[in-house]
This record gives sequence, structure tokens and C-alpha cells, in this order.
Amino acid sequence: MTAVINLLARKEAWGSFLLLFVVLAVWEWLPGAMGVPVFIVAPPSRVWAEFMRLLDVERLFLHTAITFFQVMVGFVLGSLLGMVVGYTLGLSKTAEFVLSPYILALQIAPKVAFAPLFVMWFGFNVYPKILVAVLIVFFPILINVLGAMRTLDGAMVNLARSFSASKLQIFWKIQFPASMPALFSGLRIGSTLAVIGVVVGEMVGGNNGLGYLLVFGEGQANTPMVFVAILLLTFIGIVIYGLVVLLENRVLHYLPRAATTEKST
Amino acid sequence: MSDRIRLAFETVTKRFDHPRNGGLIVAIQGVDIRIADGERVALIGPSGCGKSTLLNLASGLDFPSEGRVRVDGVEVSGPNRQVAFMLQKDLLLPWRSILENVCFGQEIRGMSRAERRDKALAQLNRFRIADFAEAYPHQLSGGMRQRAALARTMMMDPDVLLLDEPFSALDAQTKLVLQADLARTLTESRKTSFLITHDLDEAVTLSDRVLVMSKRPGRIVREIIVDLPHRDEPLQRRRLPETARYTGELMNLLDIGHAELV
Ligand SMILES: Nc1ncnc2c1ncn2[C@@H]1O[C@H](COP(=O)(O)OP(=O)(O)O)[C@@H](O)[C@H]1O
Ligand SMILES: [Mg+2]
Repeated sequence: MTAVINLLARKEAWGSFLLLFVVLAVWEWLPGAMGVPVFIVAPPSRVWAEFMRLLDVERLFLHTAITFFQVMVGFVLGSLLGMVVGYTLGLSKTAEFVLSPYILALQIAPKVAFAPLFVMWFGFNVYPKILVAVLIVFFPILINVLGAMRTLDGAMVNLARSFSASKLQIFWKIQFPASMPALFSGLRIGSTLAVIGVVVGEMVGGNNGLGYLLVFGEGQANTPMVFVAILLLTFIGIVIYGLVVLLENRVLHYLPRAATTEKST
Repeated sequence: MSDRIRLAFETVTKRFDHPRNGGLIVAIQGVDIRIADGERVALIGPSGCGKSTLLNLASGLDFPSEGRVRVDGVEVSGPNRQVAFMLQKDLLLPWRSILENVCFGQEIRGMSRAERRDKALAQLNRFRIADFAEAYPHQLSGGMRQRAALARTMMMDPDVLLLDEPFSALDAQTKLVLQADLARTLTESRKTSFLITHDLDEAVTLSDRVLVMSKRPGRIVREIIVDLPHRDEPLQRRRLPETARYTGELMNLLDIGHAELV
């Protein structure tokens, strides 16, 4: 909250607002002036009107809440799974050696392509959407955690060993905290990917959520509806990304200021 | 100083597996060193001659291929309480405050929170960084960080301090101050020290004895007894004309001037 207030106090922030205003104005008037039909580019006023209509008659709030819920669950589960597998592989050279070719193959496979399969397996409910999100979030977390475990300075581990630290102590007091910056860059990436996973799941199968509204709007050539869905999806993405950044600032408070701001760009 | 041997290397040889170099490299060969209680011994030698390897063996992080390493007469079979090391890298954990970093070893060893806090604060006072107890490592200068690392080492209250080029990353003036701090601490606490260094002045001003190692496979090729006053005041000792004579001799032994050895 204070961050937002600080932001408003800065001159550049007003520049951003002005730019937004200009963009909205151009978006409102220019397509009409150039004869572009509404079903190609819907002006902001039409999008807003559609937003109010959807709230009223199409249970827009419910669709948004369902998507948000699936994104959250998929993101949290995918992150946990990525962490568990990442730390396990990081601790066990054998496990890493045995599993890494398959992980590499899965990493290259486009995860959203699994969406139709999951729908066929689980039906028209929340599970396929959450599962696609889990799968797509899993990899950046895994890769970042594993990378942090691999590149950890062995001298730090030796320091703990010289104090007769147990393997468990070495993990919790050295390896785990040392991986935090990498884990959080993974979580940032994962938070945006979770939205993509859920939307693709909803587009492929279901009658709920913003992804469903996207396809529904497309079928009716209702461009304003598609715009509303896109904007709300972006909003969900921003909220989750913001939560990750908030948590990151708390956890990584010990890092020099410059480094954290640099990372967030 | 007493005649009791604190740290002993008994004809120690260490080989490492090496995938390219025909399978094995001999890092050190038949090294014999005995360090008495309270004694300060420095070790110099060209890079890669096995100095850090000796230190790893003494701290129980690695084991000799042949021979024995003993601390207080007992063969080293793993990390132990009698020795503590300090390296060129301060190895301060960035997510811990300076106080928490100094506490780290005793936290692992299971000392109670209150006791380790008191002891750590005493160490921070001794090294004049008590004002930074709650600061994080990145907020400190290189010299202060190394003092924190020294405080963390002293916090373990070891009999033998193993120091691997502890000041080599510092600027010349900070280095002088930390050398004086170290000498004062060693005197106050009557500890034994084994100091690896590239800095010949440092070796002479901080030690009772300087050992010179050959290039790999490392052997001890020479021992020089430093017979100079001001044992506890390296800054004073540095000013003595005889100090330059000792460092000159060490330079000749290391063949400095024939660059391939350094
Ligand atoms: N864990 C290790 N595995 C393989 N070779 C090693 C290992 N540690 C050291 N060595 C080799 O042993 C030699 C001595 O290393 P080190 O003791 O670090 O030298 P110094 O500290 O004198 O510069 C070097 O050639 C180094 O490459
Ligand atoms: Mg070394």
C-alpha cells in the first residue's frame, strides 16, 4: 500500500497516468475515425458497457472467481511440487542423473498441449485446468531451485560441516536459504504462467471461467466480451504476481536494495 | 607456549583423482609439520602446491591418502571442536545479521540462544564491530566482514586457528589493522595458529616460524625461525630492518623473479 502511495508521489507516475489516458482516448476515437468496425476493435466505452452487462446477466464475477481460484491452486501446487522435486534432485546426484533426461524432454514439450488430454481424463471440471497450471508452473520453479543447489558455494557447506552440522542442518541453514533468490525468480515466472495454463484449460473444455468467456465471445463475434476477458485475466495475473513480489520483499529483505530493484525490471 | 603438540602432520601424502591427468595428482607428498601449543606458524608456497589441502585435512573435511593428521594427539577423523578455520572468503551468510552469523557455529553445536548471544556480542566488541550486530553482511566493508569472520572463528573457542590467506582480499591499510587485531587476539586467548599466506611480510610479522613449500607435489622444503621482538605487535615488527632480511630470504627461496613459481 505504502509502495503505491510512494509511487503516486513521484512525478513519473503522473506521466504514466497521462500516457494511459492518451492511449484510451486514441483507442476510443481512432478506430471509428478510420472506419474500423466495432467487431474488430471495440472502443473502451463499449468494453466498459459490456463489462457491466456481463456482471449483470452472465455471472462475470463468478467466472472471474473460478478462474482466480484455479490459478491460485495451480500456482501453489505447481510451486510446491517444483520445490520438492527441485530440492530432492539437488540433494541427490543419483536422482538427478536418472531423471534429468525425462525432465528435459517434458520441459521442452509444450505443456498446454496436454490440456485436451486432461479434459478427456477428468471431464468438464476444475481438475484439468488446475493440472495444466501445475504442469506449466512446475518447470521454472524446478529449474531455478536445481540451479541454485548446483551453483551453491561448496565452501559455505564446508563451513557448516566444520561445525559438525548434520545433512538436515546443512539443508535448512545453508542450502534452502541460499536458494531463495532463485526460487523467487522462478515463482515470478510461474505466477504468470499459471494464468496461461488455466485459460488454455478453460478454452479447451468447460462452461466456466474467463477462458470459457473468451471462446464464447469469439463464437458470438462479441469483441467487447473478449476484451473484458483479456483485461480481467491480466488483472488476475497482476494480483498474483504482486503477491509474489510482496512475499519476496519480505523474505529477501537482506539483499542490497539495488539488486532487488534491478531484478524486478 | 608449551611443548605439547597441538597440531601434527605425520608424513602426510594426499592424492586426488584427476580425470585427465592420468587419473591421479599428488597434491602434497610426505609432509611433516608439528605445531606446539601457543605457537604461530606460517606456511608459504606457490599457488596450487597444496596449502589449502593441508588446511582441509587439519579441519577434518578431507582425509590423507597416507600418513596421519593429529590434533592434540588424537587422529583427526572428522570435523572437531579443537580447530576452526577462516578463509579468504568471509563466508558470511547473507540472510543472517552479523550477530546471527557469529552465532552460527554455536547454534549448530547446540549452545543455548541466550548464551551464544552473550558470547557473540563479546566477540563483536573485541573486534570493534558491535555497532553492526544487527546489520547484514552486504552493509559492511570488506575489512569489517573479515573481522566478523574472525569473530565467528573465535566464537568456536578452538585450540588451533587455521587461517587460509585470511587478509589477501583486503587493501593494504585494512590488512595492517586486521593483522594487528589477529596478533592481539592470539596473544590474549593464547591460541595456536597455522597461517597460510602469500604475503611474505605477513608471514614474518605474525609468526614464530615460517615453513616454505615446494611447488606440486608440495613438500616442506625449508623452515625459518623468526627470531624477532614485537611478537604481538606486527606493525612494530614490520618496521624492523631485520624483517626485510627475512622476507628477502623467503623471496629467494620462493624463487620470486622466476615468475613460473608464483
Ligand atoms: N577436491 C579436489 N579434487 C581434485 N583436485 C584437488 C582438490 N582440491 C585440490 N586439488 C588440487 O590439489 C592441488 C593443491 O590445491 P590447493 O591445496 O588448493 O593449493 P593451494 O592452496 O596451495 O593454492 C591443486 O592442483 C588442486 O587442483
Ligand atoms: Mg589455497
